[in-house]
Amino acid sequence: MTTRHHESTIYEQIQESPRFQELRRKFRSWTFPMTVAFLAWYLLYVVLSGFARDFMSAKLFGNINVALIFGLLQFVSTFLIAWAYSRHAAKKLDPIADELRHEVEEKNS
Amino acid sequence: MNQQVLSITLFVLFVAATIGITYWASKNTRTAADYYAGGRSFSGVQNGLAIGGDYMSAASFLGIAGLIALYGYDGFLYSIGFLVAWLVALLLVAELMRNSGKFTMADVLAFRMSPLPVRTAAGVSTITVSIFYLLAQMVGAGALVGLLFGIQGEAAKAGTIVVVGLLMIVYVVFGGMKGTTWVQIVKAVLLMGGAGLITLLVLARYGFNLSALMGTAAEQSGQGDAFLQPGLRYGTEEQGLAGKLDLISLGLALVLGTAGLPHILIRFYTVPTAKEARKSVNWGIGIIGVFYLLTLVLGFGAAALVGSDVIREENAAGNTAAPQLARAAGELIFGELGGTILLAIIAAVAFATILAVVAGLTLASSSSFAHDLYAHVFKRGQVTERQEMVVARIAAFVIGIASIGLGILAQGLNVAFLVALAFAVAASGNLPAILYSLFWKRFNTAGAVSAIYGGLASAVLLVIFSPVGSGKPTSLFPNADFAWFPLENPGIVSIPLGFLCGYLGTILSKESNSTKFAEIEVRSLTGAGAEKATTH
Repeated sequence: MTTRHHESTIYEQIQESPRFQELRRKFRSWTFPMTVAFLAWYLLYVVLSGFARDFMSAKLFGNINVALIFGLLQFVSTFLIAWAYSRHAAKKLDPIADELRHEVEEKNS
Repeated sequence: MNQQVLSITLFVLFVAATIGITYWASKNTRTAADYYAGGRSFSGVQNGLAIGGDYMSAASFLGIAGLIALYGYDGFLYSIGFLVAWLVALLLVAELMRNSGKFTMADVLAFRMSPLPVRTAAGVSTITVSIFYLLAQMVGAGALVGLLFGIQGEAAKAGTIVVVGLLMIVYVVFGGMKGTTWVQIVKAVLLMGGAGLITLLVLARYGFNLSALMGTAAEQSGQGDAFLQPGLRYGTEEQGLAGKLDLISLGLALVLGTAGLPHILIRFYTVPTAKEARKSVNWGIGIIGVFYLLTLVLGFGAAALVGSDVIREENAAGNTAAPQLARAAGELIFGELGGTILLAIIAAVAFATILAVVAGLTLASSSSFAHDLYAHVFKRGQVTERQEMVVARIAAFVIGIASIGLGILAQGLNVAFLVALAFAVAASGNLPAILYSLFWKRFNTAGAVSAIYGGLASAVLLVIFSPVGSGKPTSLFPNADFAWFPLENPGIVSIPLGFLCGYLGTILSKESNSTKFAEIEVRSLTGAGAEKATTH
C-alpha cells in the first residue's frame, strides 16, 4: 500500500512525465467534451420527441418530417464522431502512447 | 413446398455449421486466455462483426421492426439510443478496458481496490444483468417458435427453449470465446444479408422513394400522420408527464447501458491491441447503424405491405412483423414460392440470432462466476488455470440449465421489460464503477462497491415498485398493486443515484491508492503491460 516515502514506481514516473501529461490532456480534452456534446445532442432529440411534438411533426417534404430527419441526423453524427475520434486517436494519441509504452517496457525488462 | 420444413432445414444447416465451428474451436482452446478471450487473436473486423452479432438480439431485430410496424416512429426512436450508446463505449471504455483488463469487467474494477468485495459485487452484477437479458431471450424464443415454424402449444414452446438452451451450452462449454465469437460472426452476416435483402425488395416496391413508403405505411396503419410522428408508444398524451419522463428515462438507460453490459465488455478482450479494439467498435457502429436503418424500412414496410392490424392479430407485440413482411415481399416479387422461401430464411435467421446472443450472455456470466467469484473470492487466487477453466465450463452448463428452467417457468409472464432493465442496471451500477475506476484517482473499494450495489438495487427495486411490477393488467403481478414509482423505466433516478453512491462511498472512506492508480492510468492510456495475444 501507499507509504509517504516510497520509491516511485515506473508507472508513477511516467505518470508525472510531461509527455504522459500531454497524452492525457489530448485524450481527455477531446473525449470528455465530445461525450458531453453527443449525450446532450441525443437528449435534446429525446426531449423534443417527448415535449415538442408539433415541431417534430412538421413536414419538410412529402411525408418526411422533422422527427425523421432529426433521427437520421443522430446516425450521421454517430458515424462522424466515431470517424473523427479514430482520426484524432491515430494522429495525436497513438504516437505518444506507443512511445511511452516502449519506455515502460524497456525499463521493466 | 412447405415453409416449416424449409425453415427447419435451414436452421439445422446453421446448427450443423456452428457445431462444426465449435468442434474446431474446442481443439484450439487450451489456455484460459483462449477460453475467456478467444486467445485475443481476433482481428478488429472479425470482432466488429461479432459485436454486431452479440448486440443485434431478437429483441432488436424482431422487436424493433415490430414496434415500428405497430407504432411507427416510436420504434425508430427506440433504436437510436442503442446506436448512440456505442460512442460511450468507443470514446471512454473500449480501448482503456482492453489495455488494463484481462478476462472480465471486474479485472478493471478490482485493479486498485480490495479484490474480494469488488469482485464479489462485479460478479453479482454481471450474473444478474446477464440472467435478466438471457431470460428475456429464452422466453422470446419460446414465443416465436409457433409463429416461425408453425408448431403450436406449450410443449413446443418448452421444447424450443430446451433446444436453444442445449445448443447454447454446447457452444459455450466446448467452444468458449472462440466458438461463441464465430457463431456471432456467422449470425451477423446472415442477419445483415437477410435484412438487407428484404429491405431492397421493399424499397424496390416503392421505387426507392422513402416518402412514398412512409405515406403508404401511415395509411395502412390506420393512424395517418400520427404514425410518422413520436408519441404513439412512448409518452403518449394520455400518459401525461409521467409518460414523457418515462421516455427520457428509457433513453438514458439505452444510451448509457451498453458500455456497462458485461457480455459487450468482454468482447474488447478478444483482440490483440487497443487499436484493434477501436477498429472493432468502429465496425460494430457501422454494422449496427446500418442494421437499424434497415429495420426502419422493414418496420414501415411491414406496416405498408402487411398492415398493422394483420400483424397485431398474429402477435400482439408485433414480433412477427419482419417474418410476415418477408413472406409478403417475397410473394409480391417472386410469387408464392418466393414468399415461402423468404419467410423460411428469416425464420431461420431469427433463431440463429437468438442462439448467438444467448451464447454470449452465458459466456459472460459463467466467465465472471469462474474468474471473479470462484478463483478470486472463494479460492483467494489459489487456483490453477486448468481448475478455473473446468469451473467456467461447469458454470456455463449450470447457468444454461437454470436458464432453460427459468425460461419455461416464465413462459406465461410478461418479461419483455427485462432487456430494458438489464440496460438500466448496467448504466446505473456498472458504468459509474467503470468510469470512476478509469478516470478518478481518489476512487476506492467502498466507492466501487457502493456504485455497483446502489445502482443495481435502485434499478431493480424501482422496477418492482413500478407499474411493471404490479397494478396493471400487463404487470408481472397483475392481481396485486404495490406500485408507487410512476415510471416503468428506472434510469432517470437510478443512474444518477449509482453515480452518487459511487461518489459518496469514495469520499466517506479514507482508502486511496495513488501508486496503483498511476499504474492503471498509464497502462490504460499507453497499453504498457497489456495482456498479449496468444500464439499457437
